[in-house]
Amino acid sequence: MSRVTSAFVAALITLVLGGFLLGMSLTSEGINLVVETSTTGKMTVLFVGVVLVFLLQLFREQVGSFTSKMRSDERMELPSFLRTSQQQRMWTMFVIAGLVLFPFISSRGAVDIATLTLIYVMLGLGLNVVVGLAGLLDLGYVGFYAVGAYSYALLNMYFGVSFWVALPIAGGLAALFGFLLGFPVLRLRGDYLAIVTLGFGEIIRILLNNWTELTGGPNGIARIPKPTFFGLEFNRRPSEEGATTFHDFFGIGYSSEYKVMFLYLMALVLVLITLYVIRRLIRMPIGRAWEALREDEIACRSLGLNPTTIKLGAFTIGASFAGFAGSFFAARQGFISPESFTFIESAIILAIVVLGGMGSQLGVILAAIAMTVLPELAREFDEYRMLLFGLMMVLMMIWRPQGLLPMKRPHLELKRD
Amino acid sequence: MLRLDNVHTHYGPIEALKGVSLNVEKGEIVTLIGANGAGKTTLLMTICGDPRATSGTVTWKGEDITQKETSEIMRTGLAVVPEGRRVFSAMTVEENLAMGGFFNETNYDERLAHVLELFPRLKERYSQRAGTMSGGEQQMLAIGRALMSNPELLILDEPSLGLAPIIINQIFEIIDQLRSEGTTIFLVEQNANQALKLADRGYVIEHGHIVLEDTGDNLLVNEDVRKAYLGG
Repeated sequence: MSRVTSAFVAALITLVLGGFLLGMSLTSEGINLVVETSTTGKMTVLFVGVVLVFLLQLFREQVGSFTSKMRSDERMELPSFLRTSQQQRMWTMFVIAGLVLFPFISSRGAVDIATLTLIYVMLGLGLNVVVGLAGLLDLGYVGFYAVGAYSYALLNMYFGVSFWVALPIAGGLAALFGFLLGFPVLRLRGDYLAIVTLGFGEIIRILLNNWTELTGGPNGIARIPKPTFFGLEFNRRPSEEGATTFHDFFGIGYSSEYKVMFLYLMALVLVLITLYVIRRLIRMPIGRAWEALREDEIACRSLGLNPTTIKLGAFTIGASFAGFAGSFFAARQGFISPESFTFIESAIILAIVVLGGMGSQLGVILAAIAMTVLPELAREFDEYRMLLFGLMMVLMMIWRPQGLLPMKRPHLELKRD
Repeated sequence: MLRLDNVHTHYGPIEALKGVSLNVEKGEIVTLIGANGAGKTTLLMTICGDPRATSGTVTWKGEDITQKETSEIMRTGLAVVPEGRRVFSAMTVEENLAMGGFFNETNYDERLAHVLELFPRLKERYSQRAGTMSGGEQQMLAIGRALMSNPELLILDEPSLGLAPIIINQIFEIIDQLRSEGTTIFLVEQNANQALKLADRGYVIEHGHIVLEDTGDNLLVNEDVRKAYLGG
């Protein structure tokens, strides 16, 4: 097929699809719905779009050669201020200091979004272990997130367990669920694994939805207490006799912002711990084993590695971080319901990992920021969020199929002195 | 050292090995030759415990390993260079070798030095990604990786597969050198000519049966073997 024909076909497809979506509208006339053609404005948009698709397809090669220049194949050199490990450490400290100071200099809304972002960073880092490092496609990651959230909520509701006690328990329970899921699915690979994990995530959500006596079902669990600062509460008045509030203890006036800041700082600490632990794990033999397993399972077996143990390790560790994130989420929101743990959450977390570059921690962090901050900034375009999401994925696959910051070291060279 | 007694192996209802017995003694190079689908790789995999033998016994250093887990077997001084090399292509040469020494931390540096001495090529490519190397270099890496566990018995599955004759010669020289260093070698090959020249003893496998067993030199001049595997 010549280029003109294929460009023509592409433009025609655009016209047909766009024609139904943009070119027509339904208006109600009394009790009937009437199909009308759209305003000329929308028609122009449609027409311009069709022409654009036609031209893009016609000059595809030229466009392709242009975009291929933007690919990441060439070696990237680290900027000069990041060459030595000392400098890197210094900049890391600098960034952390900036993040700590952030809530004191910005608005409450920004801090709120930042906290949300940090939760996603944590989830992304956790899933990165499973998908990015061990190469096990897990579509039900949100299940462990839910386990973590409900662990804290239920433990608090029935036994009055405080957040700080529940946090490790939530991580442990999520890890246990990861372990339990790991067992049956270990013999599966690729697509099959993805489907089973997808099912697992849904099972947890549906279970939470229907076990009304225990979980409150679709009504969720409300009034989950916020974490305390060494026993100090962030409420205006202490919730019970003898308790002290944060502002009373320090003799400062009450402000609801302290709570927001505290939650942000807590999320930051959790993320830093996650980052540190996973960084260490990657450098440990288990981390190398995960990578090797992703590369070639048979070779791993020939070297005496036990794929079962290694995969279970990845599932369990990945799940435990989702558990921590989940219990923090429950504490921050104060209210959870199965609604918060739908498949779309898994998809977003997975998108963060893929977008960031499988296995790359810095990439995951950047992607988490992009995936949470951009939609918040573009609130007005809420309806088009999914559309933009799709567009972003398509562009990514064309320009940076390996993710924003691919993991492999050879792309970034350290100059050794 | 390694001994198979009347081993049968099935893939579902298909019987791939129909009562195979063979043994490998310490310090030997033993080769197993046979046509495609004769059961060479199956035999080798059965030694490693995947698939397990349905009947018969595999004995390694006097111990019955027939029912053991693959991962356990592979940690007892046995190393396999799998068919088709299977290096970790996104990892560097260094990391690949490190994976080979995963369970044996003692004398790690010495063994690494030894492997790099055996394969100077790997030293040149030390921090290069394995996937970007040539087939011959990858094969060297695969052998080097297996040697990192300091094995008593090295099992090689078709190390000459898809390599240029000159590289094959190099690989066989290395195998010879390993033997002189005291490593026992079990070599599974289609390249019967070269394998038999090198080997102390050889087995010929056909349709899941061992049909011939003799010294390498005798097999090399055997009429049937010549006809079937050496092109007359």
